[in-house]
Amino acid sequence: MVVWRWFRGVVLFLVDYVIGDDWTVAAVIAIGLLATWRLAEAGGAAWWLLPLVVLAANIQSLHRAVRNGG
Amino acid sequence: MNWGVFISTFLAATIEVIEMIAIVVAVGVTRSWRAARVGAAGGLLVLAVTVAALGAALQSLSLETLRLVVGALLLAFGSQWYRKGILIVSRDGWTTGIGAEDVDDGVPAGFDWTGAFLSFKGVSLEGLEVAVIVVAFGAAADALGSAIVGAAVSVVVIGALGAATYRYVAAIPRRALQLFVGAMLITFGTFWAGEGLSVEWPAGDFALMWLGALYVAAALLLMRMVSDWRRDVTARKQGEVASAAGAA
Repeated sequence: MVVWRWFRGVVLFLVDYVIGDDWTVAAVIAIGLLATWRLAEAGGAAWWLLPLVVLAANIQSLHRAVRNGG
Repeated sequence: MNWGVFISTFLAATIEVIEMIAIVVAVGVTRSWRAARVGAAGGLLVLAVTVAALGAALQSLSLETLRLVVGALLLAFGSQWYRKGILIVSRDGWTTGIGAEDVDDGVPAGFDWTGAFLSFKGVSLEGLEVAVIVVAFGAAADALGSAIVGAAVSVVVIGALGAATYRYVAAIPRRALQLFVGAMLITFGTFWAGEGLSVEWPAGDFALMWLGALYVAAALLLMRMVSDWRRDVTARKQGEVASAAGAA
């Protein structure tokens, strides 16, 4: 029981740590990483994609936070 | 010594150390200094064990995989600090520090176990985020020693400052620091995740410089945009209230 509670606490901490208050940012970044990998594998210049995705993910999250009174 | 890693972990740790000290000082002032110190020491011990265990676990990964995992982790986590910093600094200004903690709910005679637990919990929980950052930075840059020293120096320096007079620690503009450290975390996150995915960065390692400049410039621009969005939202709400009042 104690081990289960400890394990659950660790998992919840990690989820909160990685995802935080807006899961869409983590999801968009994950898609961005996947797209960057595909582009790099195909031999194209992929350096521009990830910074763009990171900024876009944060901008849409900030806009939503403000609309919700943040 | 890897000074980039040292400074990064020092600044990231400082953000959480300020909160740790707020809790420990609050326990010390309002309950018992002995309990506050015992709890804080226990919390730091737990953090040291966590750093050692995580560090050992990450050593088994290849550098490429490690950089991808750490980069993705820093991007997700750093984005949270980046957004929080932008939202709060754009609303409250650059000098926002930290408020006083309230932990006084009746101090018993003898050793104050509640106070020690509060102090322990504050140090271990606030420090857990830093422990992950320290290990991730250290492992990905192959400079775990520099990362640990950076965080330890923060604990000692800010801790000593807090023990001497909490007034100065409370005045550190924590949210502004959070914004810049958030920008720094996503800078390293982007760079390392890209390295893990075999991305060829223009200017090689100097990409860290232009990525950092890009994210800081974007943060400054976003603060203005957030202020404009807030004004629009407020104006729209006021318009709705006025038209509802007019209809009534």
